[in-house]
Parts: sequence; structure tokens; C-alpha cells
Amino acid sequence: MTMMDKTTMDLFNDPKSSKVLATIGADGFPNAVPVQSLAAIGEKTLAFTVVAMTKTKYNLLERSKVSAVVYQFPPKGFQVKGTFTGFVTSGEIFDRMAVMVEKALKIKAYEVGIIEVAEVFPLQLAKAPEALPPRAVTISDVEVKPLYTPTDIMDLNYNRDLGYPGNYPYTRGVYPQMYRKQSWTQRLVSGFGTSDESNQRLKYLTAHGETGLNVVFDLPTHYGLDSDHELAEGEVGKEGVPIDSILDMDTLFKDIDLAAVSTSLITNYLTVFSYYVAVAQNRGIPIEKLAGTTQNDACSCHAGAKVAIVPIRPTMKLSLDIVEFCTQYMPRWNPVSLVGYHYREKGCNAFQEVALTMCTGIAYLNAGIERGLNIDQFAPRLSFFFGAHNDFFEEIAKFRVARRLWARITKERFGAADPRSWRMRFHTQTAGCSLTAQQPMNNIVRTTIQALAAVLGGTQSLHTNSYDEALALPTEESVEIALRTQQIIAHESGVINTIDPIAGSYYVEYLTGTIEKLAWEIIEKVDRMGGMIEAIEKGWVENEISDASYRYGKSIENGKRVIVGVNQYERPDEEIKIKLLKIDPTLEKKQLQWLEKARNMQNSKTVNSALEKVRQAAKKNENLIPTVIEATKAYATIGQIFDVFRDVYGVVKWG
Amino acid sequence: MTTKRKIRVLIAKPGLDGHDRGALFIVKALQNAGMEVIYTGIHYTPKMVAEAAIQEDVDVIGVSVLSGAHMTILEKIFRFLKEKKAGDIPVIVGGTIPPADAAELEKLGVRGVFLPGTDTSDIIKCIENLVN
Repeated sequence: MTMMDKTTMDLFNDPKSSKVLATIGADGFPNAVPVQSLAAIGEKTLAFTVVAMTKTKYNLLERSKVSAVVYQFPPKGFQVKGTFTGFVTSGEIFDRMAVMVEKALKIKAYEVGIIEVAEVFPLQLAKAPEALPPRAVTISDVEVKPLYTPTDIMDLNYNRDLGYPGNYPYTRGVYPQMYRKQSWTQRLVSGFGTSDESNQRLKYLTAHGETGLNVVFDLPTHYGLDSDHELAEGEVGKEGVPIDSILDMDTLFKDIDLAAVSTSLITNYLTVFSYYVAVAQNRGIPIEKLAGTTQNDACSCHAGAKVAIVPIRPTMKLSLDIVEFCTQYMPRWNPVSLVGYHYREKGCNAFQEVALTMCTGIAYLNAGIERGLNIDQFAPRLSFFFGAHNDFFEEIAKFRVARRLWARITKERFGAADPRSWRMRFHTQTAGCSLTAQQPMNNIVRTTIQALAAVLGGTQSLHTNSYDEALALPTEESVEIALRTQQIIAHESGVINTIDPIAGSYYVEYLTGTIEKLAWEIIEKVDRMGGMIEAIEKGWVENEISDASYRYGKSIENGKRVIVGVNQYERPDEEIKIKLLKIDPTLEKKQLQWLEKARNMQNSKTVNSALEKVRQAAKKNENLIPTVIEATKAYATIGQIFDVFRDVYGVVKWG
Repeated sequence: MTTKRKIRVLIAKPGLDGHDRGALFIVKALQNAGMEVIYTGIHYTPKMVAEAAIQEDVDVIGVSVLSGAHMTILEKIFRFLKEKKAGDIPVIVGGTIPPADAAELEKLGVRGVFLPGTDTSDIIKCIENLVN
């Protein structure tokens, strides 16, 4: 309202009402005082007599804006905003006020101030004080206030802390046009049975609109064991596709043009990568045309996924071989994907995930420089890989923090000059550990929320989990829904229509700043330990993660955190009836035949001489990739190649 | 007054699987419940699991498998336990186990199968019942 109604005027003119007048001082401070003489003279006019109100009087002469409040109990009241127009010492208003204050307050009027009313609001006077809302925290136990306002981000400086998309420090995204120009790459992890089944799955997904390939290998392949090794029994083709020799890699990519696809190989040593490069060369494809990513994170495969074979320092050496090789020959390949995902899946929280990944990045920058590479030669091709967990806004903040931290580390700490070195490009996988075996269809909803956080966080590529993965590897049906989830976000939700729609949210910007501070504390702690490799060797990284994992698990068991279908809204009579992927047990035998075939194709002289070259190169600390590629072309099996590594470098000891 | 022996449990992570989050969580939860826990770490062979169980004189063996290799691994563990005349040590299993396989595992002799999301108090109760 812009004028007072009768109720408001009556309340002002009732001697039982309490009245307060607030003014602003020249110093900017507000000043509120009780002014019992405040009275409504007309719908647009308030008046008051001046009695020992020095501060108020000075304020009014400096700044004319005022606010007046009138109220009574039981609660009712109004606030009036207006402009002081001046003091009068005679006239009609002065005379009316003089009579009124003489009668009601027993005082004499000397001066009367006049206020022109601009706005009137009813006061929200609660009957009883409201209880504070219960405490809330994010999944990472970061305290969350009930409301965020501009005062929470007063320190935020747009150019320094956010920048435009595609500009330092890249908080708003690494590319100027983000999804307006190109959508993220949709790639779903595939691999099971043998290379035949996996090849069919890759083609199935591509036919349904997948835009990049993402291949996972079985455990014997991860550990460099042939499929007929004692430890491999029962594991062949279970968690991924088995690669025993170049024959399997060739079958895996049958009818797929390696020059036209982008392939992510979830592998940690240079052997699987070498099989891939060798297949391309055998097909006559120039390797500079190959686009894709190798996971190849020496730190995570020791302290995260635990798929290391040789100790961490030689693992790092072999990893750097890929970095160096790609710098020279494969400009479209990301030689490393620095992994936070595995730490998160093991149970660390969001800021630990981002901090440990940055520490790994620092270790790689140092190692590359030690190798004699210029930072701007290889830093632009380092890529990252994070999880997307359930806490929607915290995850978005986490991705933004990671970009900001990497930009500052590369530019300010390492002095990288090429802006491409400052850009943190990343892949996201929705959180496997958040999937529940109970009421498995609910996982579709969880995955959708997580995928949306990844997209709003500016991911470059995305894997969405299938609803059945707490029970088995996914079926074609469940994978299709996971892919459709991404397509619905991309084409129906509208969230990609504008670049970084989240920036400027009081809460997300505040959370971004908070998580950044918490992550820096961990990075500095790891620095003091001597770096990420030392922190892993001391066991510190695994201890931190397992403590966080235990706290998180307990918070679910004691009901502080609700997981729908697990500790609330359970169905005690639930029978899991969804169709699950059953891996045909005869496939293991089929794989053994493939292995046998490769061995039969070997010329013992050629393969032994190739393996000897690998050994000599390893002893001389040379880049092993050229010799390993040669061995793969001589049909050397993965076990034969890794036996050389195990021999030269020793075997990792698991605590 | 006689002091009652603490329940001794072997938590094993056989096979090549490195997903040890669940195993480590169970280790801590059982310790906090007053049990003595021996954890094998990853990459034990089924034979090593059976030998460790006998050597450590445990009351219960808990096996964690998330790789899909549970049938092969459990068959072997039972075979080695029986060979060493220790077939009476109860074995429980946790991990990503399809429900149809859970029934198969129970036929093999597994005394409890626990899927992701199980409350540790259920596992503790199961172990206490098996021991008493």
C-alpha cells in the first residue's frame, strides 16, 4: 500500500500503541528510538513532536528517509516507510499535535516533524517465537544454513572467482559456448564376456545414440594375467572384457572405424593402450587420428581402485610413458584421466575427492616436468574423472571448485602460460556406491539427479549407471534407460539452453567457496607430507578414506541419513524380480580358446626377441611403448608382457 | 569367574576384486561390536582363505565378493575347508550377489548372504547366532 488505511491510522492514534522511529545517520548506521508522539494526521501524513531526540533530529537533517513502526499486543502492527519533509512550529498540524500531546503525554510541543508516507506494510508478528529449523548438513557434513542471501557471497568477485565461461579461472565452464555449441559426450561403460559380446554391446549403444565408447576390462586383464592363470578362474569376462592378445582387441573393435570414434579405455598400464594402437596401425590408420582417453592414473590404481601390478613409482614411470608418447604422436588422445571417482566410491567425501585428485594432478605435473617435458606441452591433455553423488548442489559446487583449483594450480603454482593448460576437462560417472539392491528401480531416479548435477557442473562426458548394478552387470534394457536418461536431460529438460545457469546462486556460490577452502586445507596437508605419492606410501590416503567411509556408513545405520528403500520406506516383503544379466559360463572357455589361438600364432623366436627388447628398454629406463607395441604385434599375451614388468619392477604389496 | 572368549571372525577378500569398501566397513563394525577380526586384505586365493581360517582358529568366515566370481570362489573355499577337515566353520558372504545366486550359495553351504545396504547389526546378529 502507498497510504495508510483506517486501521493503521487508528493504531497510530491509539495511546496504548508502541511506536518507533528509525532514521539513518550520515555514517550509514541506522538509529531507532521510541517516539510515542507519532500520530497519523492523514492517509499520507505522519507527525511527531521533538523531545530530546538529538540524534534523530541530526539524522533527519542529513538524510530524509525514515521508517516508523507501530504495534500492540496481542500482535498487530504496521511498518511505514516515508520521507521527512521538515519541522513546523505553527499552523494547523502543529496546533492539532500540541493539543494531542498535552492531553495524552502531558508534554508541551515546541516543534513538530512531518513525514510523507510512501509505503505501508502489515507487520508479521508471530504469536510465539518459531523454533529454529533442525540442523542440516550436506552429504560431506558441510553445515547448511536455512537461507542464503547476498551477504553470504559478499567476498565473491566475478572476474577473480568466476570469470566468463571459457575464461580463467573457468568456474563457469572450460569453453565459451559449452553445450550451446556441443553437448557432452555420452559414453557408457561396456565390457563383459569376451570381445565378441562386448563388440555387440558397443554397436548396440552406438545404434541407440551413444556418442563415445567407454570400455572396461576384466580383472585378469587389469592385473596383467592371462585368462588361464590360476587367479583368473571365475573372473574372466565378469567385470569387463578380457584382453589376452591383439586378437581380442581387434575383435572388440570389429566394424568400428577407429579414426572416427572417441574411445575411453579404462586401463591403468600401457599394455592395453599398446594393443589398441597396434590394432589401429595394423588397419593402416595414422595414430595421430586416434581420439580418446586412457585412465592411466598411477595414484588411484594404488589407493583407489587397487588395480596396480607393480609398485607405485614404476607405475608412475609407465604412466608417464603414455603421456610422453601422446605428446609426441597422438595429439587427440588424453593420456591420463586423473581419477577422483575411485576415492569417492571407496567412501571419501566431496572435498576430499576433489583435493586428492588435485594432489594427483600436482604429482603428474611434477613428473612430466622431471621427464623434461614443458608443462604447456602436456598439461592441456591431462583430463579428469569425478563421481556424481546424491547431494545435488554440493556436487555442482564440487565440479566448479575443481575447475577453479586446477586453473590456479597450473597458472599460479606451475606458471603454465598456455590457457589450455589451465582448463580442467572432466568425465563424470554417477555414483555406483549410491545404488541400492533394494527397490532397484529407484536407482533410475538417483542416477537422473546425479547426471543433472554433472551437466549443471559442466561435465565434458558422462556415464550414467544402470538401475540393476547393485546386483549384477547391466542388461541391454537397463543400459538403454541409462542412456535415455542422458538424452532426456540433453533434449527435453532445457537446462542446456543457457550456459552455466547455476552461477550467482547465493547457496551454490557460498558452497563453492566453502568446499574450495576445505579442499585447499587437504592439498596443503599432502604438500607437507611430500606429495600424493608419499601420502599414498604412508597409508594416509587410504586411512582418511576409510574413516570417512565408516562415518558415512554409520550415519545411514543410525538413521541420520535417509536412504529410501534401505533405512526408510522399506518393503520387508520385497522380492527382487528384475531380469539380471547372467554371463554365460561357457564364455570363459571360449576366451581360453582365443588365448590358445594367439599362442599358436606366435613365432617363438620373434615373440621372445620382442619381449627381450621390452626388458632391455625397461632396464635402461626408456619409454616402453614402442617395444610393447612391437611385442603385441608378435602376438605376445598380456601375461607375457606383464611378466617382464613384474620381473624388472617387482610386484606391489597390498596391506 | 570365567572369561568368555571373544568371537573371532576372518574377513576375506578373495579373488582379484579390489572393491574393499564393504569389507573394511564390516571389519570396523565387528570390532566395535567386541569381536576379534582378522582381515586378509585383497587378492587371497580360496586356498589361502581356508588356511588362514584354520590357522587363526576363527569361529566364522566372512567373504566379500563384488566381482561376480562368487560361485567359483565359494565352491573352492568349501572344497579346501573340507579337505582340511574344517568344513564345520560357518561361512557368510556379502557383496553384489544376484538373488538367484544367493540361493545357490546357500545350497553350497553358505550360512548367510548379505546384499549392499544390509545393516551391520543384522550381520552381527547372524554371526552371534552361528557361534552360539
